[in-house]
Amino acid sequence: MTSIGTGYDLSNSIFSPDGRNFQVEYAVKAVENGGTSVGIRCKDGVVLAVEKIVTSKLLKPGANKRIATVDRHLGVVCSSLFRFLSLRPSRPLTRPSPSQVYSGMLPDGRHFVDRARDEARSWRDNFKTPITTSDLASRMGNYLQAHTLYQSVRPFGITAIVGGFDAQEELPVDGQVGSGPSCGAGGKNPDKKYGGPFLYMIEPSGLYWGYYGAATGKGRQAAKAELEKLDLTGEGITLEEAVKEAARIIYVAHDDSKDKEFELEMSWISGRDGPTKGLHQEVPKALREEAERLAKKSLDDSDDEEEEKKEGDKMEE
Amino acid sequence: MEFGTSGCLSEDGIHVDMDRLKKGEVNLGTSIMAITFKDGVILGADSRTTTGAYIANRVTDKLTRVHDTIWCCRSGSAADTQAVADIVQYQLGLFHMMNGKPPTTQTAAAIFQEMCYANKDRLSAGLIIAGWDERHGGQVYSIPLGGSLHKQPYAIGGSGSTYIYGYCDANWKEGMEEADAVNFVKESLKEAIKWDGSSGGVIRMVVLTAKGADRHLYLPDTDYKVRHEN
Repeated sequence: MTSIGTGYDLSNSIFSPDGRNFQVEYAVKAVENGGTSVGIRCKDGVVLAVEKIVTSKLLKPGANKRIATVDRHLGVVCSSLFRFLSLRPSRPLTRPSPSQVYSGMLPDGRHFVDRARDEARSWRDNFKTPITTSDLASRMGNYLQAHTLYQSVRPFGITAIVGGFDAQEELPVDGQVGSGPSCGAGGKNPDKKYGGPFLYMIEPSGLYWGYYGAATGKGRQAAKAELEKLDLTGEGITLEEAVKEAARIIYVAHDDSKDKEFELEMSWISGRDGPTKGLHQEVPKALREEAERLAKKSLDDSDDEEEEKKEGDKMEE
Repeated sequence: MEFGTSGCLSEDGIHVDMDRLKKGEVNLGTSIMAITFKDGVILGADSRTTTGAYIANRVTDKLTRVHDTIWCCRSGSAADTQAVADIVQYQLGLFHMMNGKPPTTQTAAAIFQEMCYANKDRLSAGLIIAGWDERHGGQVYSIPLGGSLHKQPYAIGGSGSTYIYGYCDANWKEGMEEADAVNFVKESLKEAIKWDGSSGGVIRMVVLTAKGADRHLYLPDTDYKVRHEN
């Protein structure tokens, strides 16, 4: 054992005397150094965006995607539920140090996605219907939590943002034939609405909450401050607005002094009557570039404003 | 044990062998049905259980609860259908607890179907699943011998059903009031009991609505006219 530390951080499944699990806390620390990810739940869908820092000029632009699709509805007509996860690399189990920041836990993210796909598949096998976003978040939360209990494993070095659109219309049982009475099923409550867009964020401890706007990674503080300015809880914003806001927030949260180059990766999901027809898809190139252009413009404008203010102050003197 | 060599399908590869009981197995001779109506669904069944010509039970309950407002009508082997219903009841109970919300009729139908299909060459079970849930209202699913899944406005099953296809088709109306719906089920089953030798005894019903499950019992003593206490 080295001279530093109390020895309570060498393993999972051992609490420190003041009731903490250091391994989990280190995992969280590690996540905090990854590129910024945000998720926005708007009134007609969900948008996910990630700041992908370019670690080498030899990497192919646009390759190595960080947002993955976990489930997609297989039918042609019905919509339903797709989910995407943005993953943030990091490095747990050792104390984070600056030199390790970019070594990354992308493989943890990959495994997380694999597991999420397994869960989605098994739900379909058992219940012949797509898994809901909340059920997936619950199952993945349990899975991450289990990795804080045993000596043989380390916690996940990721915080995952899970977004999905649960079917608002009624779905058939997979493989069923026929339909009910043409006058519709009796005894329904017509006022009640079901399904819609959902957003969850799962932390290395297994803790997860549902959010209107979620942010994690290096620029999370700035991103959260921007998210709070949006009207997400009341009237809500549209999907197109959310795409532009997400792009802007990633640009605002980006720290030029630390990382020069980054790529913006964005995906979105709408309901059946929206632009993605209930599918989880990458935001179209044209829309993304437009969003990036506006994001850069708004950054430039706010820089100008600050300069004007300074000049204004001078004038008053 | 006398099993055919052709498995579940007969040798033409199309028709399902309807006479697949193992030797000495208790058969639910049976007339069963389930219908949708204005507020939910109604399940109905006769009460005769036979071993060959012998009536093993004259007051059988073929309507089985798998969740509060999801029930099934059983036909075929009594042992097989009870075992399947028991397993599904356990699964739905677990589902309710683990997910914090009650299962839908679809969930029940999906689990029933998977079991009936995966074990098709070992089971003789013809099931009708009917249930009410807040989101989907009343629904009726039929799972015949091969393990296929059919969503229907109403479903009839069992040996007695062959005698009432015409009756039901002629008298069926969508979105009936509860009293009319109960009457439709009762009259249909009376007809099935009249013509089918292996159906008989009392008529049992379960009405499933937002208010929960309501059981009905009609006895031949009063010509099925009076609703009795269970």
